[in-house]
Amino acid sequence: MRFTSVLAAGTAAVLALGLTACGSGDGGGDGGGGTDDVTITMLPKNLGNPYFEASTAGAQEAADELGATVEEVGPDAASPDAQVPFINTAAQQGVGALVVSANDPTAIGDALEEARSAGTKVVTFDSDTEPQFRDLFVNQASPEGIADKQLELVADQIGGEGEIAILSASANATNQNAWIALMEEKLASDYPDIELVEIVYGDDDDQTSFDKTAALLQSHPDLKGIVSPTTVGIAAAARYVSTSDAKGRVAVTGLGTPNQMREYVEDGTVEAFALWNPTDLGYLATQAAAALASGDIAGEEGDTFDAGRLGEFTVGADGEVLLGDPYVYDETNIGDFDF
Amino acid sequence: MRTHARPWWQRALLTREMLTILILVVAWIVASAVVQGFDGPLTITYLVLDVAPVLLIALPMTLIIVTGEIDLSVASVVGLSSVTFGLLYQAGLGLWAALLASVLLGAVCGAVNGALVAYAGLPSLAVTIGSLALYRGLAVGLLGTTAVTGFPEPWTDGATENLGESPYPVITLGLLALIAVFAVLLHATPFGRDVLDIGRSSEAARFSGVDVKRTLLILFVLSGAVSALAGVYYTLRYGSARGDNATGMELQVVAAVLLGGVSIFGGRGAIHGVVAGVLLIGVLGSALRLEGVTVNVINIVIGTALVVSVVAPRIAGGLRVRRRDAAGQRT
Repeated sequence: MRFTSVLAAGTAAVLALGLTACGSGDGGGDGGGGTDDVTITMLPKNLGNPYFEASTAGAQEAADELGATVEEVGPDAASPDAQVPFINTAAQQGVGALVVSANDPTAIGDALEEARSAGTKVVTFDSDTEPQFRDLFVNQASPEGIADKQLELVADQIGGEGEIAILSASANATNQNAWIALMEEKLASDYPDIELVEIVYGDDDDQTSFDKTAALLQSHPDLKGIVSPTTVGIAAAARYVSTSDAKGRVAVTGLGTPNQMREYVEDGTVEAFALWNPTDLGYLATQAAAALASGDIAGEEGDTFDAGRLGEFTVGADGEVLLGDPYVYDETNIGDFDF
Repeated sequence: MRTHARPWWQRALLTREMLTILILVVAWIVASAVVQGFDGPLTITYLVLDVAPVLLIALPMTLIIVTGEIDLSVASVVGLSSVTFGLLYQAGLGLWAALLASVLLGAVCGAVNGALVAYAGLPSLAVTIGSLALYRGLAVGLLGTTAVTGFPEPWTDGATENLGESPYPVITLGLLALIAVFAVLLHATPFGRDVLDIGRSSEAARFSGVDVKRTLLILFVLSGAVSALAGVYYTLRYGSARGDNATGMELQVVAAVLLGGVSIFGGRGAIHGVVAGVLLIGVLGSALRLEGVTVNVINIVIGTALVVSVVAPRIAGGLRVRRRDAAGQRT
């Protein structure tokens, strides 16, 4: 009797394996001229994340144009150990290229090296690994691009002159501090009529950012614009301004996501904000992966490749490909995005 | 007492353990035949590396479940040990010393569980769900969202490299040694007999002179120490000490143990069945991933296999009783 009971469990498992096995079949594909037989595995940080659903949609679009096959796999939680089995699987399948957003810059390195020694090209996007573990990194935006775009937006929204303030994440946030330093430089050189009166830190906490916004408006009655280079900060600032008498008088801009900002763009609190476009990012990463896997480029600095609707791109230092200037979201296009 | 109607060789072959092994072999053959890319040397290497921590933890877990208890805090101990190992290494301690300290800490974690279960008489399910949260909280609290990396290459390579030109990682030897130790412990020592006796009836074991409390304490300490060892391996394999390492692994461990024929009610189970259960989950995961099946479906398959392996013996047992009753009425 015990025999039958486990037999049932086992049969169920093996049946499931057999059933799922029937549905597929594409494995190898070593490229070697043309992109039409390239197989690409897309490995985001985790599945069920709207941001990565957008980038995978871009990857699919690129694959359709190229005649390549793209398959999205990934763990349900964004941890590096959970990504490794999927990298191993890509190596076993001998896919042409692996496009991955790394959950850790080093922890998945060994697995990526093994995949590369099995002939798979590795392109990171969104989050890079250490450079020696991948062929290319498709970077969403350069620090200069992010700093310049935010200044451009705020300058435009306040008419080119007046007081502005910055609502950042925590005081020791590496990215934000780098962007702020670049913005200060650029303000001094290119925007003589705009004065940065204060930098406050909301610690990427919604309530703290909300309170700091209130304090900013109180201590600077002539404030004309708030720049928040963090998605938590810009949403909290917009929420405060949208219900205060500063609405329409104080511009709010910075880096945000469409879903968080939709309400404030629609009610007129926010005119425009910036972020990269994850769909374009997935599209470009897949174009780069196909170019590598088909042997069109080797991933050396100076290599150029054609990336469909985005035009031609050149590989920069350290194997980086830059998507370009941040993308501006406003009421005309925000409806096209869901992340 | 039932008399044995079958010859001895049938009794040896027709066990739950043999059945799990049979299913493993069938799964392997089916996967090799229909799954592209499965039939290669990389499969074995990755399989061993992937299942190693689950296999390690499943060994003491087998003994604990055989007594009718459970330890759900194991994956959190992996995380805590990973963080401890990383921080001690970062602080300049030698790797062997850091390893030893991490394993000792794991033993302490296990001793806390064991003391609460054995001496305070609390249900192990409740105690270890509590310590699951506690140990994970400590691990993430100690290191935050950062990671310790940069372990020396001889160590990280040692965790993943193969034996010569074979597809078997070096760690296979360590795994085999520990499997042997636990097999002997459960099946060929007085301690193992005590463990099985406690599982059949804790009361009866106590009356026949088994020190139930001490036995349980030892088992939880073992579980903590081995989980911590798995944590160090985990850290070296990925070259990264993180508080969230191995989150949720307790599910895989318990699933493997139960698939391996260990009764969740205690009293029966064998190490070779559990090893087959661990490998079966590894093979299913590997084959399904190669087929491009999403992680949610893989979880559904493993979850279903787990539920079926727990429920089926109950149904089969019910049928057996009814059939025996029917047979009894006829005579």
